[in-house]
Amino acid sequence: MLRSLSCNGVVMTNSFTIPDFVLASPEIFLLSMACLVLVADLFISEKNRVLTYVLAQLSLLGTLILTIYVAPAEATYTFSGTYVSDPMGTLLKTAIYFITASVFLYSRSYLMDRDIFKGEYYVLGLFGVLGMMIMVSAHNFLTIYLGLELLSLSLYAMVAFHKESMQASEAAMKYFILGAIASGMLLYGMSMFYGATGTLDLGELATAIQGKESNDIVLIFGLVFVIVGLAFKLGAVPFHMWVPDVYHGAPTSVTMFISSAPKIAGFALFMRLLAEGMADMHAGWQDMLVILSVLSLAVGNIIALAQTNLKRMLAYSTISHVGFILLGILAGTTDGYSASMFYIITYAATAMAAFALIIILSKRGSEADELDNLKGLSKRSPWIAFMMLLLMFSMTGVPPTVGFYAKLLVLQAIVNIDMVWLAIVAVGFSVIGAFYYLRVIKMMFFDEADSVEPLEVSAEMNVMFSANSLAVLFVGLFPGALMAVCIAALA
Amino acid sequence: MIPLSNYLIVAAILFSLSIAGIFINRKNIIILLMSIELMLLAVNLNFIAFSHYLGDSAGQVFVFFILTVAAAEAAIGLAILIVLFRKRHSINVDDVSDMKG
Repeated sequence: MLRSLSCNGVVMTNSFTIPDFVLASPEIFLLSMACLVLVADLFISEKNRVLTYVLAQLSLLGTLILTIYVAPAEATYTFSGTYVSDPMGTLLKTAIYFITASVFLYSRSYLMDRDIFKGEYYVLGLFGVLGMMIMVSAHNFLTIYLGLELLSLSLYAMVAFHKESMQASEAAMKYFILGAIASGMLLYGMSMFYGATGTLDLGELATAIQGKESNDIVLIFGLVFVIVGLAFKLGAVPFHMWVPDVYHGAPTSVTMFISSAPKIAGFALFMRLLAEGMADMHAGWQDMLVILSVLSLAVGNIIALAQTNLKRMLAYSTISHVGFILLGILAGTTDGYSASMFYIITYAATAMAAFALIIILSKRGSEADELDNLKGLSKRSPWIAFMMLLLMFSMTGVPPTVGFYAKLLVLQAIVNIDMVWLAIVAVGFSVIGAFYYLRVIKMMFFDEADSVEPLEVSAEMNVMFSANSLAVLFVGLFPGALMAVCIAALA
Repeated sequence: MIPLSNYLIVAAILFSLSIAGIFINRKNIIILLMSIELMLLAVNLNFIAFSHYLGDSAGQVFVFFILTVAAAEAAIGLAILIVLFRKRHSINVDDVSDMKG
């Protein structure tokens, strides 16, 4: 059967055309800036290290301006179709810049307190952002793989970045090995698709799949491997083993980064590969995603109950939220995709703020990542405790915070495709999940603190954390604007 | 001429061996790194076989990229291994797994 493919395999007759560099100018700019920061950092003395940080922030700002400035109104392809610039990409990239810039801001004091305020953190962060941008704009198996690897390799190094920490190196090793398996799986799946369709381009792939039977064994075989690879990267059960250990072991500033921006890029990967490239195999991947999402909701919410470490608890909470995001994607409708997009963007901002609380509570030389550290927080700092309350409400899905609205949209999309049982399962596990989020609130407001000394928070952290948490409330009260953007991006 | 299926079977066997190597191996982290390389090579074999039989060179170009990235990946893996060894004085898989739960 495979032999017959070689007859109708397309032989490309490439005449070289100059690619449209303008479309990719944000990536080119960020690459140059990352290299510039890398070199400039060598000449910046230890006490002026803050310059590296400022440069990194300016690079993100410049990339943001360029991205919005050159954004085309509709999907435009360049570099022989390997790169696409479309409204969805623009929106996701913008979200990634904002999240990364906030992560850089939050992590500055944390890194300084631990004497790891080095240029490498920012350079690796910028290269990670570049990887995410390439993933978001990829329209070919090759670009997807390269973007994914650029992101992953940066993240491995960032996790291992705190060399004095016993846990960080262990977490980095686990992350590296499981990440490499995921890449291998994804590539194996891609090779099957290449063999069955003779193309690496996602657009041509979609056309080639249309011309095939829906139960083509090679395609289904490839699809299984692709989904396993994607599920590994996003941390869906049963491929979630790395998530708690990496979240726990990595320095909190890095955990914050891993838990936010790369999830948005992971969502883009699902959209590009499944929704665009394999749209006609929807029935096939829908079933697989149903299994992944139900398992993620169950395992994430139930194991989180047993955690005593805040970072591990948030890791399992991430797994359960990934279950929700998969629900929207598996719906396979524009409603579902835009609901998932809304969910992932708001979740990234919420998760980032939750990790910021750990940074706020931590002092030089000690890591406040146990749940017990939260006891009596309301007496030490009522305002910070109130902000954390908003975040926990949002993760639980209590109105009027944004988490409620995001969950509502996803469930609506699921009910619209007549999978009511799935919506009921999701709500059921969310109720179980409410227990551990509300336990955090109980600890902050009703438990006695070990120490009653007031919490000292720098003005910068206080403003950023408050703005972030209030945004979670505000977008929940007025979700219309962000939702409209998400729908417009997919129209 | 060797049929395509033979290449695919060899690649599948190599791929399975590498997965088994990662999950069964309880001894040495270096063996894990070797298994990861083997996995990528199995994928490369797949791509080259398909590329030849389809008469399309894109698959072979992909292989060059995979080889390059695999080299970078090995470099980072070994770097992490060195950090780990400095802290733990062991590269035994069981010795470097403290975090549970």
